[in-house]
Amino acid sequence: MHHRSSTTESAPVRWLLIGLALLALSLFLLLPLLAVFVEALRRGTDVFCAALVSPSALSAVRLTLTAAAVSVPLNTVFGLAAAWAVTKHQFRGRALLLSLIDLPFAVSPVIAGLVWVLLFGAKGWFGPWLADHDIRIIFELPGIILATVFVTFPFVARELIPLMEAQGNDQELAAVTLGASGWQMFRRITLPNIKWGLLYGVLLCNARAMGEFGAVSVVSGHIRGKTNTLPLHIEVLYNEYQFSAAFACATLLGLLALLTLGLKSAVEQFTHQRASGRI
Amino acid sequence: MSKHRVIPGFGLSLGFTVTYLSLIILIPLAALFVKAGGLGPAEWWRILSAPRVLAAAKLTFGASAAAAMVSVVVGLLVTWVLVRYRFPGRRLLDAMVDLPFALPTAVAGITLTSIYAPNGWIGQYLAVWGIQGAYSPFGVFIALTFIGFPFVVRTVQPVMEDLGTELEEAAATLGAGRLTVFCRVILPALLPALITGFTLAFARAIGEYGSVIFISGNLPMKTEILPLLIVAQLEQYKYRDAAVIAAGMLMVSFALLFLINLLQRQLNWHKR
Repeated sequence: MHHRSSTTESAPVRWLLIGLALLALSLFLLLPLLAVFVEALRRGTDVFCAALVSPSALSAVRLTLTAAAVSVPLNTVFGLAAAWAVTKHQFRGRALLLSLIDLPFAVSPVIAGLVWVLLFGAKGWFGPWLADHDIRIIFELPGIILATVFVTFPFVARELIPLMEAQGNDQELAAVTLGASGWQMFRRITLPNIKWGLLYGVLLCNARAMGEFGAVSVVSGHIRGKTNTLPLHIEVLYNEYQFSAAFACATLLGLLALLTLGLKSAVEQFTHQRASGRI
Repeated sequence: MSKHRVIPGFGLSLGFTVTYLSLIILIPLAALFVKAGGLGPAEWWRILSAPRVLAAAKLTFGASAAAAMVSVVVGLLVTWVLVRYRFPGRRLLDAMVDLPFALPTAVAGITLTSIYAPNGWIGQYLAVWGIQGAYSPFGVFIALTFIGFPFVVRTVQPVMEDLGTELEEAAATLGAGRLTVFCRVILPALLPALITGFTLAFARAIGEYGSVIFISGNLPMKTEILPLLIVAQLEQYKYRDAAVIAAGMLMVSFALLFLINLLQRQLNWHKR
């Protein structure tokens, strides 16, 4: 099979390169992943389980799920609307809109949290007004949701736009000709065409929403059992030298990452196309 | 421009998109720039020229650039092996490349720290050579490389897959050795993708927070990165200092992305 040809390397070079790549990836990717589970179980399964069922861990899981349950649907609706506007229509400023959708990728998570503190914090623009009306955003759930929405903003849109652009508008145009309404067209034609891309975008968005650390850390106030999400709970445990407990909670997020990667591979294999997204 | 639109939903979808984009991204970012911009050049200079800020900026940009460079080299090797060779476990390896994207940064941070700490799996061997893995600028570099290199692989991979072998065959026919072909034919074709990968890795590294703060040790003047400095200012309620540092960082990030976009456009244009 591997006969020497003018467009490949000799077998020793080939195997050397494969070996080097394997070594780099195992040291760089597999070892850290393995370390999460080894460190979590270092002090036995009792410590591991106790860390997972402690009240503060459970409340962190609940908060993480709540934040994701609000921000992922919001950004999914946005992703669908943005992709529909940008790929089904031509308009002035379309290129600008595309770059603006990508903007959050270039913003540090810490800054994504900072902007909300500047707007709604005690010394922020709306701070005094919010205090007068007894509305709390920063150091509360709304702040955590806003920060999560900011950092996960582009994921669904970024996944759908190239996909819908590649698919073109022919089927939708045919549907219009046959008298379909906009909603019928979306539900019967567009949605089935994009369902795998949409699923993948939602997966990425969800993984980032549940794992976000920097942005949420700035707005949360780190109140244990109240405004600590799972990644923040891990940080608190780690800083208190409860390493095994910290890694035990980290296994939950590690498993989420593996699940996301597994589903991604499955979706790619199923659709025979490479998803373009990044988390 | 203003012809009848055939596919419905334009007004609704664009209206929602622009409103949501403004509320979530544009207005908050504008608030940051207004806050920072209202301070005047003298105040900006005072905040940004503080030794602690300069030290953090040097570490952030230096470590990010070094990490992005190494990401390009490692990323190119991995992409080459994934695209050009067939071997058992290739698909699994391909899927694993995305791990740094999928693994929450806080988890990456604590696990990298445990590996590169002086008594860790890799750190103990580094210590023999007198290299301090975790709690040093080198640790920052390690975390940023972990975060950055999938960007290079995922940007270069599709380009390499589309690269036909015709040019390589022609070059070989003309008597070029394999190394010459790689340097003179393949590398130039991959250059725009490599530059894009470098930029994405670099831009991400500048803002990275979660994976770095555990492994860096966070010593002011030594291993403190800019995003951490912003958090430190916020914790002391120095909103203005935080806003100015953040605005400065954003301006550098945006300028970098813009510059390299231009450069890439030129390279692409040159290729035609």
